[in-house]
Amino acid sequence: MYPFELHRPASIADAAALLAKTGGKALAGGQSLVAAMKLRLAQPGHVVDLSGLAELKGIRREGDAVSIGAMSRHADIASSDVVKGAIPALAALAEGIGDRQVRNVGTIGGSLANNDPAADWPAAVLGLNATVHTNKRKVPADEYFRGMYETALADDEIIVSVSFPVPKKAAYAKFPNPASRFALVGVFVALSGPGVRVAVTGAASSVFRCKPLEDALARSFTAAAAKAVKVDAAGLNADLHGSPAYRAHLVSVMAARAVTSAG
Amino acid sequence: MAVTLSLTVNGKAVNATVDPRTLLVELLRNQLGLTGTHVGCDTGQCGACTVHVDGRAVKSCNLLAAQANGAVVVTIEGLAAADGTMHPMQAAFKECHGLQCGFCTTGMVMSAIDLVNRHPKASEATIREELEGNLCRCTGYHNIVKAVAQGAAAMAK
Amino acid sequence: MGANEQGVIGKSIRRKEDGRFLTGTGQFTDDINAANQSAGVFLRSPHAHARLRSIDASRAKAAPGVVAVFTGADLEGVNGLPCGWLITGTDGKPMNEPPHPVLAQGKVRYVGDAVALVVAESIHQAKDAAELIDVDYEVLPAVVNCVDALKPGAPQIHDQAPGNRCYTWALGDKAAVDAAFAKAAHVTKLDLVNNRLIPNAIEPRAALAKYDRAEDAYTLWVTSQNPHVERLLMTAFVLGLPEHKVRVIAPDVGGGFGSKIYLYAEETALVWASKRVNRPIKWVAERSESFLTDAHGRDHVTHAELALDKDGKFLALRVTTTANMGAYLSTFASCIPTILYATLLAGQYTTPAIHCEVTASFTNTAPVDAYRGAGRPEATYVVERIIHQAAVETGVAQDELRRRNFIRTFPYQTPVALTYDTGGYDACLDEANRMADVAGFAARKAEAAKRGKLRGIGYASYIEACGLAPSNVAGALGARAGLFEAGEVRVHPTGSVTVFTGSHSHGQGHETTFAQVVAGRLGIPVENVDVVHGDTGRIPFGMGTYGSRSLAVGGTAIVKALEKVIAKGRKIAAHLLEAAEGDIEFKDGKFTVAGTDRSKAFGEVALAAYVPHNYPLDKLEPGLNETAFYDPTNFTYPAGTHICEVEVDPDTGVVQVVQFAACDDFGNIINPMIVEGQVHGGVAQGIGQALLESCVYDAQSGQLLTGSYMDYAMPRADDLPSFKVGTKVTPCTHNPLGAKGCGEAGAIGSPAALMNAVHDALAAVGVKNLDMPASPHRVWQAIQSAKRA
Repeated sequence: MYPFELHRPASIADAAALLAKTGGKALAGGQSLVAAMKLRLAQPGHVVDLSGLAELKGIRREGDAVSIGAMSRHADIASSDVVKGAIPALAALAEGIGDRQVRNVGTIGGSLANNDPAADWPAAVLGLNATVHTNKRKVPADEYFRGMYETALADDEIIVSVSFPVPKKAAYAKFPNPASRFALVGVFVALSGPGVRVAVTGAASSVFRCKPLEDALARSFTAAAAKAVKVDAAGLNADLHGSPAYRAHLVSVMAARAVTSAG
Repeated sequence: MAVTLSLTVNGKAVNATVDPRTLLVELLRNQLGLTGTHVGCDTGQCGACTVHVDGRAVKSCNLLAAQANGAVVVTIEGLAAADGTMHPMQAAFKECHGLQCGFCTTGMVMSAIDLVNRHPKASEATIREELEGNLCRCTGYHNIVKAVAQGAAAMAK
Repeated sequence: MGANEQGVIGKSIRRKEDGRFLTGTGQFTDDINAANQSAGVFLRSPHAHARLRSIDASRAKAAPGVVAVFTGADLEGVNGLPCGWLITGTDGKPMNEPPHPVLAQGKVRYVGDAVALVVAESIHQAKDAAELIDVDYEVLPAVVNCVDALKPGAPQIHDQAPGNRCYTWALGDKAAVDAAFAKAAHVTKLDLVNNRLIPNAIEPRAALAKYDRAEDAYTLWVTSQNPHVERLLMTAFVLGLPEHKVRVIAPDVGGGFGSKIYLYAEETALVWASKRVNRPIKWVAERSESFLTDAHGRDHVTHAELALDKDGKFLALRVTTTANMGAYLSTFASCIPTILYATLLAGQYTTPAIHCEVTASFTNTAPVDAYRGAGRPEATYVVERIIHQAAVETGVAQDELRRRNFIRTFPYQTPVALTYDTGGYDACLDEANRMADVAGFAARKAEAAKRGKLRGIGYASYIEACGLAPSNVAGALGARAGLFEAGEVRVHPTGSVTVFTGSHSHGQGHETTFAQVVAGRLGIPVENVDVVHGDTGRIPFGMGTYGSRSLAVGGTAIVKALEKVIAKGRKIAAHLLEAAEGDIEFKDGKFTVAGTDRSKAFGEVALAAYVPHNYPLDKLEPGLNETAFYDPTNFTYPAGTHICEVEVDPDTGVVQVVQFAACDDFGNIINPMIVEGQVHGGVAQGIGQALLESCVYDAQSGQLLTGSYMDYAMPRADDLPSFKVGTKVTPCTHNPLGAKGCGEAGAIGSPAALMNAVHDALAAVGVKNLDMPASPHRVWQAIQSAKRA
């Protein structure tokens, strides 16, 4: 790890000011950032620890939505009665992130700010049409994810919470990479008033909505309908663990499994 | 600039001044001499470095020491009773031959205790899933799974 | 032997070593620190193949905290790392043995090849300085595949190995094989790849080297399976140091699986440098370095043909294999795909004619050497996969075809040089069939089909050769080392015992098993016996732990020393009891005058030896401390049958191991609990090879694509089932313990069993030949290809 200066601000304003002034990186749970710094792949000169900011904590039901504070750890979300009661698919997704030790430290805000192409939270945020609340504004899911490790966040912008509308039905099905256990393909399906949304992670450079699956499931919200969709492999990731064709096939299969578990 | 920390490690108050890049595992091993916590990888996956921070299993190689400021940390050295009697989970690992080379063992035991705290009557499938973050190359996990189940029963007493 | 050796032998005594491992007080190499210690970091080649135009370390040397920077140029006069086995090729010439410099000289030949050693006050400073070393690389084309390396026009890696050939070697009667094929009723042909693996002991390699200027002596703590061999090779072959001035300590070692047998560049450089800087230097591999530089395993490409008569009797086996040596010859690399591979191709079968030709090639990859099983899993994979295929083609049941060809008369001379002393192959097959409930398989398969799953079952009836021996025969075959083991039994005046063994334990539980052997023979409590291993300063000598040899060879050396102890004790007892030596019996811890109740306990005799007041000093030395060296007369031959059952999800290609049953014959067993644990671990590694693991280099750049746990799939708890493990016993006929060895069997039988099960499952969808690993992507692709075909 390269040397850096650590800041421990006590307010969001101070944290944002530090980020603006130093050009440093915000530290949430650090499960990706610390790992990258250890391998000398990330070398921030300043690190701004967000753990002291009470405003980033807490999970609440707010009308037709569930609001999850950015510093909520995956394990907290998985075991939250509020989440389990309103959107069980979110709790289940959180319970499947990384491994137990990662879930005990990693946070939803950190994951969304990092936007790893194989992370799970982006699929939920996009699939449920959630809103990302920052210290500056509210960003709709469709505008938040901008590409591999890229988001709409400005350098001094900090995620405060994420607001998930409660759907009629939703589920997430992940096919894990056999080595890393990240999503080789993860599909989040949600049926709600405005219609069906299907968000796919792991398969491409960033999370994306799969229109053919959304259309098919809007016509018939059944596993068979999902499985019948032939997803275009163009532009999907190719690596040791899966060709684009395999990933495209898995998108349909996982969508079907998600529909089944959504009930 | 160095950062100052105060935390509790195995029941003792610890005040330390560290380079910000110091990992929790480095604080434990190099400054506190608690070498029972091991480092087996550099990508946060093997779990050999697992300790408890505020009662939860975490990978101490993937956490800055500064992130444990104010926390209660328990390592493998902090499990046995004052008279040396092993924790029921340690005893179960011995009884079930749940260890061979012993390198992953300390992290495995820490994960196992966290697991049982949350799932006192975990099934074999749950135990296997919950140990996802701990690699063992010696045992094939067979006897580890047995040990966790037996340790769970002993902890319930 | 006493009354069941006091009930100690054959008992699952809980391990004596567990206390320290469970309480965090074990002492692994990285847990040990020396005063004034410095940190070592290796700068490694980012290129698979490049000429070193120049190295400028001046900026690094001036960096904060830097003690010294060494490159290949500084090591002039230091020899390369040696290879311990000379293979003579079919052309009658010795293998090509290019130099293996400790730090790269002239060229780098794989990604990770060590270019420089930086010594600094802290690890951070050493890493920072390493980034300041300016290396001018002239990047050359690379080749990573062992077959490609032999093709005309392939990049030439060593001047000393034209065409990248290390050797072409053969075993067996080619004419007899050709004749048998000419009259065969059926011939089965198969092309196989035995996938390359990375050992992944969870403790990364590490070393701490300390030089004592006053004594001109060195101490090296190192993650080694065989510290004496490490010392011998390092002092005599590489550094030219006096052996008695170097003490090598292998403290608690966190798994080896072969990867910690070898003399590596890192500890050699550290020892050399510790004198130059006159300070202790510690180096601990980061896992990324382990992936790049630990000796890898397997990596064979094979074509095999099996000839059968009309009744399914095997007539002949013909095998051609290309084996990857990597960029340099690791310590025992050359003997793995030859001596430990071709000799095992008879398996458990009476195949009368076998011929095997092996070509070993150099590539721009990490060196390849023994990994759990070492040659024998590769041989078993060839034999058991082709038998499975032959059974499918001839319509004979899998177990029946094996039974028709089992060896049943012992000793049995195979056509590939080995003489099996004993075995009972039917018993293991029968028991495995029972354990696996093969009778119920059809119903389980039908039930799985209702759930859309393809269920399959696969067999592997493996044999292995352990306790490599005897030394003179191995020497004639090219071994450059002895194959004996040493043991010392030190009886203390009060009758407790410390045993010093040349075997090393890094998970195998020697401290318990060997204590049981000693306690059983001496009739004393296990608690009264401690076992010391892993220190050239304390142990007379040792060849270390490899090839499942510890109990059969190391244990026997201890038994031989015990026999000397008892013989001397008998003399002492005869004196104390005023009886003739010939009348003294030793049983259950007592020396007794035969036919009387007059006796002396073992402890009383020990005390007399050390307080020799009433003692035959004119005829006998005081003390009770004996050493023995044991060189076996033959290999041991563990064997067994593994049966694997899988379910394949055709939608995703996921293969789930739903059942694994292993029935093994390891000869006599001292501690069943430990033996079962060894089988569990071996099976998990074999399942890992067949299902998950694969070391992949990029064919163009030579970069390691599976360089971390993000891409190298290690078996985790939820990838595996609980295992069904059983044993049958035919005692080894040529060692006093009747032991054969159990460490590698699991990894030897399981890959073939699993892959045969996968092929059985996928036969329904037309898949004929799938290489390991049966990962979801590869299985899915195989299904798609079969559909198109």
